[in-house]
Amino acid sequence: MEVLSLLLDGIIACFEPLNLALIFVGVTVGLFIGAMPGLGSVNGVAILLPATFLVPPTSAMIFLAAIYYGAMYGGAISSITLGIPGASTAVATTFDGRPLALKGRADQALVTAAIASFVGGSVANILFTGFAPPLAAVALSFGPPEIFALMLLAFATFVGLGGDDIPKTILSICLGLVLSAVGFDVISGEPRLIFFDITGFMHGINFLVLAIGVYGIGEMLWTINSTRDEITMTDAEITVSRVMAAAKNTLGAWRGTTIGAALGFFVGILPAAGATPGSLMAYGVTKMTAKHPQEYGKGSINGVAAPEAANNSASTGAMLPMVTLGIPGSPTTAVLLGGMVIWGLTPGPRLFTDQPDFVWPLVGSFYVSNLIALVVNLCFIPLFLWMLRMPFTILAPIIFTLSIVGGYAATQDMHDVWLMLIFGLAAFLLRILDYPLAPAVLAIVLGPIAEPTLRQSLLLSDGDPMIFLNRPIAGPITVVALILIFLPALKFGWDRMRQKSA
Amino acid sequence: MRIAELVTAIVLAILSIYFMWKSGTSSWGDGWGESIRYLEGEGPGSGFWPFYLSAVMLLCCVWITVNWVRRASPPSRSIEKYLDAYGIVMLIKVGGGVTAFIGLIHFIGMYGAMTVFLIYYIYFLGKHSLVTALSIAFATPVVTFFFFDVAMRIVLPKGYLEPLFIPLYDIFL
Repeated sequence: MEVLSLLLDGIIACFEPLNLALIFVGVTVGLFIGAMPGLGSVNGVAILLPATFLVPPTSAMIFLAAIYYGAMYGGAISSITLGIPGASTAVATTFDGRPLALKGRADQALVTAAIASFVGGSVANILFTGFAPPLAAVALSFGPPEIFALMLLAFATFVGLGGDDIPKTILSICLGLVLSAVGFDVISGEPRLIFFDITGFMHGINFLVLAIGVYGIGEMLWTINSTRDEITMTDAEITVSRVMAAAKNTLGAWRGTTIGAALGFFVGILPAAGATPGSLMAYGVTKMTAKHPQEYGKGSINGVAAPEAANNSASTGAMLPMVTLGIPGSPTTAVLLGGMVIWGLTPGPRLFTDQPDFVWPLVGSFYVSNLIALVVNLCFIPLFLWMLRMPFTILAPIIFTLSIVGGYAATQDMHDVWLMLIFGLAAFLLRILDYPLAPAVLAIVLGPIAEPTLRQSLLLSDGDPMIFLNRPIAGPITVVALILIFLPALKFGWDRMRQKSA
Repeated sequence: MRIAELVTAIVLAILSIYFMWKSGTSSWGDGWGESIRYLEGEGPGSGFWPFYLSAVMLLCCVWITVNWVRRASPPSRSIEKYLDAYGIVMLIKVGGGVTAFIGLIHFIGMYGAMTVFLIYYIYFLGKHSLVTALSIAFATPVVTFFFFDVAMRIVLPKGYLEPLFIPLYDIFL
């Protein structure tokens, strides 16, 4: 029961005026970012991370986690009223949310989405609180080979389950890792990869330079390029009595909510999977197991509840490996992990024993943020609908400005701002050709952990790579990672065989 | 799109080769390739990790090219334009605007460049009213100044506009 008292202390810490204010602001900003098409939690967290240097690390983390939470709620607003997902995590919400809105029941869809999100978040929070301390305790015994094997697993899930073009995914991972190696070699102290002998590369490439470049500049250009048509908006009629009635109807969506909450959490834990596949899978499973699957896609409230419960649940799930193992489960948590390093915290299993004052308020804030997000969402739906009318031609320049100011503030070097622009333009050009960029962002964060562990492991074994296979914990992890990497190849071979025999 | 896919793969391949060459180049004057070897008793050298990663990148580029020849990936089959007229104009106007913004920071500082960029984007590209453009273009730097320079003590570059800020420094810093 020690966990409960620690959690209670954590929740109490969230009610300190500063933290409470940050949660409130974070959730509201997150709701807005999530609702704006083209902006998701990762954009918000990457662009606003430099702004959090103002407050202590714990409060900063609480603020960013609140944005993450809010964005998961917010995505549904534009999926339902505009018919275009506010963030990739809310793609599945459009399937049934939009038809409901077109039938004049936008309020029902919005309320169901909010309540399902709350339930999904709550279930995930409880699972998180239960799983995190024992997992961290087990992970305490991990040495360099185990940690490297986990890194390998994180990258392998991108290759095996990411669903993107495989050579492009691997290329993206390697590019991120190479970029993270720029600057001084931590083991020998030798400067390396100083491109064109520009001294700006001596201090390495900060992960924020890549993250803001990709998500603040590249992604924005891509959104401007791809959303050209005028969007029609369905208004929602919001009154207290309608909201109450809608909340009552939501009870009928218990099946979608339960499936979404449970499935989302476990999919969220997998690195690379995160909330987007989590919500799509939850929708799929709910539809598959339904009594009347033909109702889905035409405005079923279960179809709204499942993906919304799942994306909130998955975002908490993604936090689990990030907090306990130091391995992010989604691009957003990768950025959060990078932030923890900037604040001088060492991510990994020791966090629970060494930094309880950091971990428990963060966990507590998940509960508080979840509740506040529900309340803010339900109370201010009309306000968010009004803000969604803000033209992109006003929002876009402000985001570009914030990105550049944030990029400068992170390292205070103009060299990095130029580099950020190059990454942004390159990200835009690569994105059109289906190059996934999230693996690169994850890799630049993990690179400084992966390389030393690899080298230390090889030193332990005198250069024998078998060390990753013959240790009791590292071995199975490596095997699973290798299977995931070769999974697409096996599938390809299998398809070939079947074609031949047919 | 098909040509762009191949050109991108070639550019990335050249980049990988450059990374590989650079990984083997020691800044301490050892011969090329010294740093990527496994050193007895010291473990892998400083260039070992980036060298093999870049080699994997190069292999991926070859793989992408093979897929291109076999027309196995969607972009290598697509007959759509990589960037149509709208895309090119957008890239020049918006991407060029952001580039000019960063370039201007060297001369008129972060705040000057920000104001110019916001007016350019909102008034000229967004075709909003001058009042909207001006109010946002002046409000944003004020908020940014109080947030970064005053609250966080992160001094943003001022360029040639530095003298204008001296009275503000006296009051707030």
